[in-house]
Amino acid sequence: MSELSHEPLLKEFPDARWDEAFGAVIVPEGRARVMAEWLLKQGVDYCSNVTGVDYLEAEVKEKITNDAGEEETVTRTEPGRIDVVYHLYSMRDQTGPLVLKQRTGRENSQAESLTPVWRSCELQEREVFDLFGVDFKGHPDQRRILMWDEYEDHPMRKDYTEPFDYEWEPTPHDEILEKHKKGKVIF
Amino acid sequence: MVAPNYELIEQDGLETSLLEVSMGPHHPSTHGVFRMDVKLDGETVVDLKPVFGYLHRNHEKLAENMSYLANMPFTDRLDYFNSMTNNWAYALAAEELVEIEVPERAEYLRVIMAELTRLVNHVSLVGFFVNDLGALGTPLMYAFREREKILDLFEEASGARMMCNYFRFGGLRCDVPAGWLDRAREVVDQFPKFLDEYEKLLCENEIILSRTQGVGTLSRELAINAGITGPMLRASGVAYDLRKVDAYGIYDRFQFRVPYGEVGDCYDRFMVRMLEMRESVQILKQALDGIPEGEIMGKAPRVFKPKPAEVYGRVEGPKGELGFYLIADGTPKPYRYRVRPPSLINLTVLRDMCLGQKIADAVVILGSIDIVLGEVDR
Amino acid sequence: MSFLGGGIFSGMAVTLRNFVGSYFDPDRLTTNDYSWRPEGQLPQSAGEYPREEGEQLSDATTVTNYSRNFPMLLHDGGDNPMDAIRCVACQICERECPPQCIYIEKDYGEDGKFIKRPAVFDIDVSVCMSCQICVEVCPFDAIVMNSQFELSTPNRFDGLLLRREDLLKSNGYYHRIHPEEAAQRDQRMAEEKAAKEAKKKAAAEAAKKKAEEKARAEAEAKAQEETGDKEEEAQ
Repeated sequence: MSELSHEPLLKEFPDARWDEAFGAVIVPEGRARVMAEWLLKQGVDYCSNVTGVDYLEAEVKEKITNDAGEEETVTRTEPGRIDVVYHLYSMRDQTGPLVLKQRTGRENSQAESLTPVWRSCELQEREVFDLFGVDFKGHPDQRRILMWDEYEDHPMRKDYTEPFDYEWEPTPHDEILEKHKKGKVIF
Repeated sequence: MVAPNYELIEQDGLETSLLEVSMGPHHPSTHGVFRMDVKLDGETVVDLKPVFGYLHRNHEKLAENMSYLANMPFTDRLDYFNSMTNNWAYALAAEELVEIEVPERAEYLRVIMAELTRLVNHVSLVGFFVNDLGALGTPLMYAFREREKILDLFEEASGARMMCNYFRFGGLRCDVPAGWLDRAREVVDQFPKFLDEYEKLLCENEIILSRTQGVGTLSRELAINAGITGPMLRASGVAYDLRKVDAYGIYDRFQFRVPYGEVGDCYDRFMVRMLEMRESVQILKQALDGIPEGEIMGKAPRVFKPKPAEVYGRVEGPKGELGFYLIADGTPKPYRYRVRPPSLINLTVLRDMCLGQKIADAVVILGSIDIVLGEVDR
Repeated sequence: MSFLGGGIFSGMAVTLRNFVGSYFDPDRLTTNDYSWRPEGQLPQSAGEYPREEGEQLSDATTVTNYSRNFPMLLHDGGDNPMDAIRCVACQICERECPPQCIYIEKDYGEDGKFIKRPAVFDIDVSVCMSCQICVEVCPFDAIVMNSQFELSTPNRFDGLLLRREDLLKSNGYYHRIHPEEAAQRDQRMAEEKAAKEAKKKAAAEAAKKKAEEKARAEAEAKAQEETGDKEEEAQ
């Protein structure tokens, strides 16, 4: 399958960034809907996969050349974020994936819904709302899809703790789980 | 069934009422624990809301705590009818992360297993579809008779009938035993004769024709926009088959056609599946003829620790496009593991197709979409 | 068929053909005929499973030679199975098991040294999903899959926890239930053993040769020294 190039998109919207490491177009705030409508006109008519990725706050070591021209390793704190990743294809031209990413923070996460452009995002964005807690502006029917409606936490986040299971019954399997939790069985 | 809530409406001087019914999770026709809240005006569907999540096991989060190999048995349990295809999609995605080469014999065997799985799925689905229509069990049992033969083949190859856990990164777990290829050849050779008989039983039947033609029409533009894939998309007139478009594995070596329909109603979906079974038999014959001797496993690294990268690998499953989105971060466990479920995305248009039809047709339309709740809920 | 109802008619003809044919041709039968094993009582706990080899399988067996169900530990025969057990309690299967259903404790002798066998080897069969990954990763061919499936017990808490004694089965039993796989495994083990021994022999020969050469070199050096001394003395 031939590649769907990101060059025309970057030419049309110069404020979008191309992330070389992961091969994705990073969409700036508030521009997702406009870019999606332009892409639809170009024949990118099939949105295959919508997913969320949670990144906690992490320390990143980078090698940069400082002002003196030497290489040194600096540590900086990368703030936590949630990415909403879209894989787009064109059925008309049968070309290959174009990856868009919308970035938002971990508190008060918001993103633009692309459901008015591609209908396949409807259920998948509901799932990202349910499991990650990202609020999609413009989604026609945003409510929980896999967990029940009164549920409060967001299970797929990296800092999710399981709730207290009051239906627990002792089984011999619990010893094994304890051993694994204490870290005695190392990967 | 839930106690109905009535709403009185004036209509031509007659007081009618709107009935809200929950075709609840325990229902013989909903293909699993799936609930539909339908609002009925008499027998016509006025509104429909699908509710799922009853089988949600949070497979994606579990996978983040286990190594790549340990995730393979869990992929069997996603779409539990087609365990081989799920395994292949995951193996494809992981092999792209590490760039392993798969030997020839393993590629041929993978195609054989995948096409046998497609036969199993389509034949069971046609049986269940006709079962929903009211033919209580006879075509289904004929379909299961063929399915048993193929499941026996799977048991000889991998040890288990349904949860096979057969694919590995770089090839397969073990070679097929002696004589397996001949037994597979026998099963494949008598399949077209069974299909002829099955078509004679079903395809000219006036009851099936009148109940499925014109019911649940899905237009081409809506199908593409809603991300529908698989036989449902092809029935609406789009000849998009990943085996031809992506040509993953060695599918470019086989000659086969891609059947597609015109109207996009339930009858087209049913016929597309019948025709696809015949094409699968063609692929199987070519693969069984051309399979070479050789190794089963490529050079896989001892500890599977891919460098930080992202990959989206997809295969043409019998229900649609099954994709795996993996983000690796250098540790033996995946950072993000996402399954793109075809059954869930195909359910986007359930409401559009059912509005205005009768409640009995809603069951028929749901049957023709071909969902498996293990995949919808993961 | 051209008249209304013709399709239904031809469909019914197919059904009739299948129905009548199922009395004569086994291919038309839609049900499978299983022979169950002879009458017996359900065991009360896991320890009461019969110990004789191959007792679970009747002649017209319902499981094939390829089917797998739950794991078992292999021993190489003899009076006391624990002496010939292949498992050395390396705990690799415990680490790789996806649902974490294996529990192993190493066995230590009186002097505190590690004996190469497990003191405790429990598999919680209610959790095990028969994925066979423990068999694949075992480097000692100590754990393989059994095809026993009549494991139900009325004891709710310990009944489905198989302990080391329940899991121990002999290599002969393994040959009876999975003949092809057992033969392949034995052949591979024999080849590996032969290769290891050949390597050891080659290493021993190389070491001997090196020792001989060293001795020869030393003798030469000593001889040279002596002649050197003699020359000095002569001068």
